[in-house]
Amino acid sequence: MFRFVVRRLLQLVPTLLGLSLLLFIWVHSLPGGPEYSLLNEDATDEQRAALRESLGLNEPIWVQYGRFMAKLVQLDFGISLQTGQPVLTEFFNRFPATAELGIMAMTMAVCVGIPLGYFAARYRGRFLDTGAVAGSLIGICIPVFFLGFILKLIFSEHLGLLPSAFRQTAGINATHPTGFYVLDGLLTGEFDAAWDAFLHLILPGLTLASIPLAIITRMTRASVLEVMGEDYVRTAESKGLQQRIIRGRHILRNAMLPVVTAIGLLTGALFAGAVLTESVFAFQGMGLFVYQATQTRDYPALMGFIMLIATVYVLVNLLVDISYSLFDPRVRVR
Amino acid sequence: MSTKTDKIDRLAELTAAKRTDQGHGESLWREAFKRLRRSPMAIAGTIVVGIFIVIAIVGPYIAPFDPVSQTWGDEVFPNKNTFVGPRAENWLGLDHLGRDQFSRMVIGARQSLMVGVVATLLGFAFGALLGGIAGAAAGLGKRWGRRLDTVLMRFTDMMLAIPALLLAVSVAALMGQSLATVMIAVGVAQVPIFARLLRGSMLSQAHSDYVLAAKATGIKRRRIVLAHILPNSMGPVLVQATLTLATAIIDAAALSYLGLGSPDQSTPEWGTMLADAQRFLSGAPQLAIYPAVAIIITALGFTLLGEAMRESLDPKLRK
Repeated sequence: MFRFVVRRLLQLVPTLLGLSLLLFIWVHSLPGGPEYSLLNEDATDEQRAALRESLGLNEPIWVQYGRFMAKLVQLDFGISLQTGQPVLTEFFNRFPATAELGIMAMTMAVCVGIPLGYFAARYRGRFLDTGAVAGSLIGICIPVFFLGFILKLIFSEHLGLLPSAFRQTAGINATHPTGFYVLDGLLTGEFDAAWDAFLHLILPGLTLASIPLAIITRMTRASVLEVMGEDYVRTAESKGLQQRIIRGRHILRNAMLPVVTAIGLLTGALFAGAVLTESVFAFQGMGLFVYQATQTRDYPALMGFIMLIATVYVLVNLLVDISYSLFDPRVRVR
Repeated sequence: MSTKTDKIDRLAELTAAKRTDQGHGESLWREAFKRLRRSPMAIAGTIVVGIFIVIAIVGPYIAPFDPVSQTWGDEVFPNKNTFVGPRAENWLGLDHLGRDQFSRMVIGARQSLMVGVVATLLGFAFGALLGGIAGAAAGLGKRWGRRLDTVLMRFTDMMLAIPALLLAVSVAALMGQSLATVMIAVGVAQVPIFARLLRGSMLSQAHSDYVLAAKATGIKRRRIVLAHILPNSMGPVLVQATLTLATAIIDAAALSYLGLGSPDQSTPEWGTMLADAQRFLSGAPQLAIYPAVAIIITALGFTLLGEAMRESLDPKLRK
């Protein structure tokens, strides 16, 4: 187990190295540059040239790459051009927001999707099943940003039940030791702040959850149906085992394996949805920040964020692979 | 399922299935097509997709008005929250610039179909090429082949590690705003998925009985890979292509929403229409709802068709 984890972590090095090179060329080949997005329109050509020079953008690209990598080994990702803050600081400011949103969305998706998929399979062909299948199909096909707007329109503008923007009501007095607002409120005992942050998570969470929820429901349903037809389930039935045990131990547990894989992949893919969700709900997370970075040609921020996101993605998938062995003793990680 | 009779019924079903099991000697594809024709999902999907394609073809001929000219521009004032809903002349009302919404919807179908098809074809072509080379190289079993496979797969891993939407955003930024950019951006994001899928599918075929049989008869490895493994691996890739047609149309809408869509106002497109209409959502939600519903139904049609194909190609789900 230990060797497996170490080997997988070592494999991360060449992948990230290649990724950094690919990204560096890619990002720097975007047309325009920070000298256009950072300075306003009446800046003179000399000012633009001076900015390029001071950022070291006039040197050959391999020199720039070498300098970037030399700093990277010391975990220095440079300074974000948009905000003037170190990229790593920005990352730690923004990461909790998106992570909180992602956790909220995945919790919703898993807590609703797995039971729904399971019962849909158990009552195959009945109303619940048809509804779940139809709902999950529609869930995949609704554009994320449109769903966000509709939810905002109904629950925020018409019903006035939930807040529709930002992470917490402006002006609320709250301390943020970790950056996870809900957790912060609970830790410091400011329960009203935690509740307020939680309410701000519901609509974006729901929006972001739509696609994972649909996929998890469908995967669970298909997987449970497949396992229900297995010989060992028939054997368990013919032995006269209690239905409760068959369902819990024979069916559900075996059916979870592909679902866990899907959850891992979906968590990694959440980011694309986060870009859209965060821009609909003006949620100050990584998605919005990276999107703005592409618009302002904030090279260091783009490089740093995508590399860090890719690392998180690979680590999540590693966790998924490890969790296999919890569900299936036949899978021994080596 | 708990009563005794149910169990007996099920046992009967299981044994009966063996006796009525027909279709040996038929090719996988013909068998799959037979199952597909009987699937209600496939029928529903085909009808939806069919209607969509017909509208895309005849759209410009049945549109009653010019979709671009602001004929009724003096009746709509978005900043005063004055919009015109459905009426006898304009079946779906007017958009925020006083253009006939029905004509725009009908003509927009063609652009949306084109975005979906071209993006999918791009992703499919390059992805299948990449995955096919990797799968074939690995299947040939030589040392350089396995190396080539590893290199190609590491490359797709890297592409997968970059969030698809950001990949699309940077392609769009790189090439400027146009409909072609949207197609390429959406297509590029699909390349690694197709590549991994085809390669995985080819590798999983490598240990099949028919490959063993072909090897036993002394057929050359190259021929086995190209003439036996490759065609038999295309199933999942075709399913994915059908599903991608749906996501491509949705992704294109997302790019338009982020402000990276086509700035070309001369031809309406559903994604751009939806993105434009977001601004007037509280005053005139119908402007967003028409293109959104059109996108959802079309995506649903392709998804149904793709899922039905997946089911009919999967021998495990045979009834």
